[in-house]
Amino acid sequence: MSLRIIKAGVFDTIQDLGRYGFQHLGINPGGAMDRFAAQVVNMLTGNNIDEAVIEMHFPASIFLFECESLAAIGGADFSASINGEDVPLWQPIIVAKNSVLQFQKWKQGTRCYLAVREKFSIKKWLNSYSTNTKAEAGGFNGRTLQKDDVIVFKEKNGYKDFLKDDDFTILHWKADIFWNTTPTDRLSIMAGNEWDWLTEESKNKLLKEYFIIGSLADRMGYRLQGKLKAKEDGELVSSVVSFGTIQLLPNGELIILMADHQTTGGYPRIAHIGSAYLPLLAQKQPGDKIHFRLTDQQNAEDLLLQQHQHLLQLQNACKFKLEEFFNASNADN
Amino acid sequence: MINFIGEMETNEPYKIFFISDSAATIDFGNLIEEGINQRVISLFNHLSQHPLGGMIEAVPAYGSVAIYFDIAALRKKVSPQKKVYEWIRNELHKLMRSDITAIEKSPGLIRIPVNYEEFGRDLKFIADQKNISPEEIIRLHTSKQYRVYMLGFLPGFAYMGQVEDQIAIPRKPQPQPIIAGSVGIAGRQTGIYPLNSPGGWQIIGRTPLKMFDKDKDEPCLLKAGDQVEFYSITKDEFENYQSRGV
Repeated sequence: MSLRIIKAGVFDTIQDLGRYGFQHLGINPGGAMDRFAAQVVNMLTGNNIDEAVIEMHFPASIFLFECESLAAIGGADFSASINGEDVPLWQPIIVAKNSVLQFQKWKQGTRCYLAVREKFSIKKWLNSYSTNTKAEAGGFNGRTLQKDDVIVFKEKNGYKDFLKDDDFTILHWKADIFWNTTPTDRLSIMAGNEWDWLTEESKNKLLKEYFIIGSLADRMGYRLQGKLKAKEDGELVSSVVSFGTIQLLPNGELIILMADHQTTGGYPRIAHIGSAYLPLLAQKQPGDKIHFRLTDQQNAEDLLLQQHQHLLQLQNACKFKLEEFFNASNADN
Repeated sequence: MINFIGEMETNEPYKIFFISDSAATIDFGNLIEEGINQRVISLFNHLSQHPLGGMIEAVPAYGSVAIYFDIAALRKKVSPQKKVYEWIRNELHKLMRSDITAIEKSPGLIRIPVNYEEFGRDLKFIADQKNISPEEIIRLHTSKQYRVYMLGFLPGFAYMGQVEDQIAIPRKPQPQPIIAGSVGIAGRQTGIYPLNSPGGWQIIGRTPLKMFDKDKDEPCLLKAGDQVEFYSITKDEFENYQSRGV
């Protein structure tokens, strides 16, 4: 009743939708970088959206299923395979005992997610499964997954009838991931409180030109190449920043704060990325180009709610499909 | 019709702005000042005791409080003619015009033992810069009570102030590795690193106390609004503390 890591990935952690309620103590929410993908893989397995998932970067871990499981993989495409045979993203997959899941070739994206219907048995820390690697708390022993780690499952399910003698069975429906691909390649931003600290020329540059994600890009934040100018050097006392806040550093570079950002910061908040676009941004990596488009609070809110609606529909559809599938097979017996 | 609401906003001693599509900040002023911070903490305490509808959490800083909202949950609650962000802005203005009567817990005084001589690796630098002896730096640092203005940067990292001008010193231009428990100064702020971390504060000593303990129900020793006093201990006393595992 478990998943064993037979080879460690470069930075694989347990995540959920974040740890809220403790930012006043300096404890940041963390959570999956691509919240959309994390929710969808849970939905595909019939789980609640806030169940623990494994977030993988490339090269990812190699996993051994020590029991039968209904799994789903989504987010970045790292060429997932089970016992050497390709398996698709965004579809439920029934996996036989002693099967090996691995990811052999990077194709696109940066973060890939794995959920299992049997649910990872992880103790919550401060109401969340998310791994806070800095505090060495939450997730699997507060750290990245290592070789020989065994993640026990909460539930045991049998899928003999569906597997026959195969290593895996792919269920025939696929999640509609419109929002995770690209509504537009421009990320919507709202002007931040210090937007007007930028010179007119810099505002134009921000909205007209593209920016390349620099080599310092991780779960804490993405530094962008290229420089902008402030009208004058102002100073800010530390105040609260959020996932998606774009700060102007003293050297003129921009940094976009990501899931593991600090709770507070003292650099000018030039803009904030609409949350509907954060999943898209979470799949970018150093060298990728990004464009910005100025929007307002109203549009950002509309978009967020549209995405939420899409996810709700997807959740209902997944639930219906799974019930239908299990009922049909009961009828067969 | 004249829009009085719009005019009133500009006269308020606070400002409301959004820091995402799901969070807004109430800002009382961009400075480190005890009176302003008292308003911040009292608003934060009020919100903790009387959370607004759809509120996820409130987060206090030096001169501002940020509030995170569940927009999708609020969409079901707010009248369809209104955008949720408009509702939030109105609620926050209403809140600010109401009597905020948070039960102010009298701030606890927390005394923090620090070994300065052994672990104060930047004492000499400050002494040279400020033309003052290391002993005088220690005397001044332990001579008064400090207010915890806010927590941020790392789990349990308390921003405290304000240190005497004679020992105020800018942070280092480049962050360096810093050991958990290290006590530092940056400008007129003083703080304690709860975890091993890169950091730019000038280090004047180290406490054997655990500022952050993930296994405790309340993982952080300090919270915003607390009063803190430092006292000097010898290296032997420091090691005794550590062997007792506090």
